[in-house]
Amino acid sequence: MAIKKFAVAAYQDEEVLFPAVKAARNSGYKLHDVYTPFPVHGLDHALGLKDTDLHVAGFIYGITGTTTALGFISWILTSDWPLNFGGKPHFALAAWIPITFELTVLFSAVGMFLTFCYLNQIMPGVKKHVFHPRQSDDLFVIVMEVTDGTSEIELLDFLKTTGALETKIEVAESEWWYGRWDQKEPYELAG
Amino acid sequence: MNERFSISPKLKTLSLSLIGIGLLTLIIGGIVLLGSSDIHAKTRFWEALLHNSIFFLLISVASAFILAASSLAQGGWLVAYRRIPEAIGANVWIFGLIATVIMFLIAFTFRVHTPEGDINPIYRWMTPGHDEILLGKRGFLNPYFFSIFTICAIGAWSFFGLKFRRLSASQDQAAKTATKNYWNTIFFSGLFMLVYALTQMSAAPWMWIMSIDAHWFSTMFSWYVWASAFVTGMAFILMWVVYLKNQGYLAIVNKEHIHDLGKLMFAFSIFYTYVWFAQYMLIWYGNIPEETTYFKVRMEGPYTLMWFGVFVICFVMPILILMSRPSKRNYFTAIFMAMFLIFGHWLDFFQMIYPGPMGAKWALSWYEIGIVCGFIGIHIYSVATSLTKYPLVPKNHPFLKESILHVS
Repeated sequence: MAIKKFAVAAYQDEEVLFPAVKAARNSGYKLHDVYTPFPVHGLDHALGLKDTDLHVAGFIYGITGTTTALGFISWILTSDWPLNFGGKPHFALAAWIPITFELTVLFSAVGMFLTFCYLNQIMPGVKKHVFHPRQSDDLFVIVMEVTDGTSEIELLDFLKTTGALETKIEVAESEWWYGRWDQKEPYELAG
Repeated sequence: MNERFSISPKLKTLSLSLIGIGLLTLIIGGIVLLGSSDIHAKTRFWEALLHNSIFFLLISVASAFILAASSLAQGGWLVAYRRIPEAIGANVWIFGLIATVIMFLIAFTFRVHTPEGDINPIYRWMTPGHDEILLGKRGFLNPYFFSIFTICAIGAWSFFGLKFRRLSASQDQAAKTATKNYWNTIFFSGLFMLVYALTQMSAAPWMWIMSIDAHWFSTMFSWYVWASAFVTGMAFILMWVVYLKNQGYLAIVNKEHIHDLGKLMFAFSIFYTYVWFAQYMLIWYGNIPEETTYFKVRMEGPYTLMWFGVFVICFVMPILILMSRPSKRNYFTAIFMAMFLIFGHWLDFFQMIYPGPMGAKWALSWYEIGIVCGFIGIHIYSVATSLTKYPLVPKNHPFLKESILHVS
């Protein structure tokens, strides 16, 4: 939880956005984040984000599901409470495969969903500051951090040269917080 | 950009010598096996031919299928190396002709003398005798339907295989903005899908392969065969793409395209196992003797090692090796898995076709290997020849740019 000062620049479309992101990364100013109304192909590369490891987590969850299913069913049906199903052997592996498959899918799906929410910090009740009301509508927004050594005016001038439609300075909470949509934001309470 | 493929002398020598080995094996096999008085030796002669001709026919049609599927979905990712499936698909008529001739020879001329009279050991339903089960299947398994269906199905596949390439080639001559060929391709793709669903996805494998074990039946069998053929078809396309890249062609194809083919191989290996297991588990659980005979001989008989070997190669290996993203983008692992998958599915077809007539007397030695060499030679030579006929880059295809910039 930290309240920081940000420079916000809004762009008309992604053709302006890509050179702007590149310039912003090369400028030496601190890039906070980029907000777009829809997923933009190639923006993760332009931002230099590294590939996600979500699939590794998914694999681990899946393996956990497989072991849980096989371990639990085989424990029940061979030692805890063996039953005779139509003369089949107690260790009826073929009959358990569908359940094992389902549990593998269930574990990896639910686990990956929760991991995804954790990595992206999204959850019911988790709130973040909205820098520009049109960032989820029709504008592409780059947010730069105004650090202690940065000149506000120079930064805004720089953002204007990259083709920004409008620029502004905002003081806002940089992390997430718990709250409701109709409640005031933490920095407003503090200020 | 070197757009025109020319067969290197090395490839020509290799493919022609493979065809030579195949022909030599066929002649020696004809003398040694067909001339023998042993029923199983005679059957073995035809079994290897049937096995390979159906296998190579179905994987060639799988190429036409991926063209039709991607055209219908308006997919751009395939366009960069579209000429390779086109070339494989345009050769359906060669393997179709071979398969038709072999199947007709087996069905109509192959008879052995037994105390119960003359029988056809491979297609037993041709000579049903007093077998009530086979007489009951007369409506489907009879010489007339077999002949007409086989000729119609293979004829239609050959037509569509050639048609797709012709449409694509005529776009090369047309204006860059012309869309007539594009919409025609979509129309013929839709038509092909209908034909393909009614042949490869249903009656063809039942009639050509499943009817070898004439008493046994499984409705899932055709999908299982299709999944097998599709994975192998992708593996062949991948091998050709990497071969052409190694020779300095296809500069516009990169790791993204290899990744796509790897994904398809991986995903359809899982699908193959899914269908395979769905068929197996229902029969295992039902435990009805007339259904379990099929698996009895394969799982607990002379084919046990091959049966589990196929499972390892076609499921365990792809799921462990092809699952991660870097291995699908790596030329070596992709080619490694493609070769193993081709081998594994070839073995899979082997254990579909051999156990019925051969039982415990099966063999996988000089004759089978020689014949498969011949078929590989025909595949390489015919595909390479048809690749030389048109430029390797479909320069006027509307999705070419999208395909070059494609990121998977």
